[in-house]
Amino acid sequence: MSTSTGLRRTALYDEHGKHGARLVPFAGFEMPVQYTSILKEHDAVRHRAGLFDLSHMAQFVLDGPNVAPWAETLTINAVETMKPMQARYNIFCNAQGGAHDDTIFYRLNERWLLVVNGANAEKMWAHLNANIAEGVRLENLHGRNALIAIQGPKSLAMLQPHVDVDLSNLKYYFCAEGNVYGRPAVIARTGYTGEDGFELFVFGEHAPEIWSTLLRDNAGAGLEPCGLGARDVLRLEAGMPLYGHELTEEITPVQAGLQWALKTSKPEFIGRNALVEQMHRDDYSRVAGLIMKGRAPAREGYAVYYDGKPVGEIRSGSMAPSVGGQNIATALLAKEAATEGTVVEVDIRGTRHEATIVPLPFYKRAK
Amino acid sequence: MAQPENLLYSKEHEWVKIEGDMATIGITDYAQNSLGDIVYVELPRVGKAIDQFGNIGVVESVKAVSDLFTPVGGEVLEINAALEADPAAVNRDPYGAGWLFKVKLKDSAEKSNLLSATDYEKIAHD
Repeated sequence: MSTSTGLRRTALYDEHGKHGARLVPFAGFEMPVQYTSILKEHDAVRHRAGLFDLSHMAQFVLDGPNVAPWAETLTINAVETMKPMQARYNIFCNAQGGAHDDTIFYRLNERWLLVVNGANAEKMWAHLNANIAEGVRLENLHGRNALIAIQGPKSLAMLQPHVDVDLSNLKYYFCAEGNVYGRPAVIARTGYTGEDGFELFVFGEHAPEIWSTLLRDNAGAGLEPCGLGARDVLRLEAGMPLYGHELTEEITPVQAGLQWALKTSKPEFIGRNALVEQMHRDDYSRVAGLIMKGRAPAREGYAVYYDGKPVGEIRSGSMAPSVGGQNIATALLAKEAATEGTVVEVDIRGTRHEATIVPLPFYKRAK
Repeated sequence: MAQPENLLYSKEHEWVKIEGDMATIGITDYAQNSLGDIVYVELPRVGKAIDQFGNIGVVESVKAVSDLFTPVGGEVLEINAALEADPAAVNRDPYGAGWLFKVKLKDSAEKSNLLSATDYEKIAHD
């Protein structure tokens, strides 16, 4: 669906209105940035659970006998070693090693689901089609299928009564094909908040009923609709990269600290040579975590200084309720400034404010 | 929330309460609601001379930095120091505990450049 503003609407647009959402343009869609308050919604996810509409993210179905070997040549992480019903984070790079997109592959029984960032949907669709191989078929479900995430420590208890899958046996980064309120769904134990949780891939026409029934049945337990504002704070606290911030066409996975996802044992994939060379040179600017000393928040684009010299810039920043209310940030910094414990300065409206480099993530949930 | 009748308003969504040559300034309920959770307020130093409608600080929510303009000119007499530890007071009580700063008025004629509660109401509903 689209409007005179040129923005598209997800299947859950009417539900957002009912809950008083504040809508903003995001990835070409009108998306809820918040319903009541970013801080209240953040609190719901950390202590109870929150419900997110992520239908702006694009779902591509990959099908055919050659999907895995084909995808190996386009991505930095391993694909062929994935078990059926396993999910895996993966990054598509350009020849210079910069990131086209960061994604999740879901290996279903008969096909694959690839979830890409909403803002990169068209670019990625073009990229996949430009590199298409024999024995691979692609289908674009962007804007047709919905994606609903339920995230937070109570999400398992809230979701279990309404699905025909044993969620307690569903491991992190695995998924199942089942039903939610009798409607077909891929149910994945994945998320972007640093909490336990599930992502539900459902048909767009079933999404409003699933959304409103989940909220109704769990209102007493504290399930709240949550917007993209809370999601951004949650993911930053959990040290997860956001495309366009910690990863871009210029910022490589090596610079973003995502070497764990880089399988240099794979003989050939786009960007491999550049990434291996960069890793060995080890002289690159890199993404580091910062905690501000004072109360002024660091924001994207602010310059960072070390020893009086400019050494980089803030890529994301926020007040962090789960990090004692301190202001946290990521910055892309010269190597010499990016070591843990280093004190740097952030230029905020012409005044330098001290910050300390800390390891990522800022927040880790109790196991 | 209705706009208090005893205050004057700017188009930039600040309110001012004038008592003699003293003015107390804050942001309106509409402004705090539009901004969302306020996490930081940067105010001018006490003693600083400021001009009507000048950009004199910032109000930051979780998501965004917004410029703060003063509805009247004069000398800054006092800032609300409690906001450093509790900026959310601006959300909870924008016309009370969430006041921002006080000014010794330079020219009381500047009042004529401000809006009444009724006129402000008309621009605070889009």
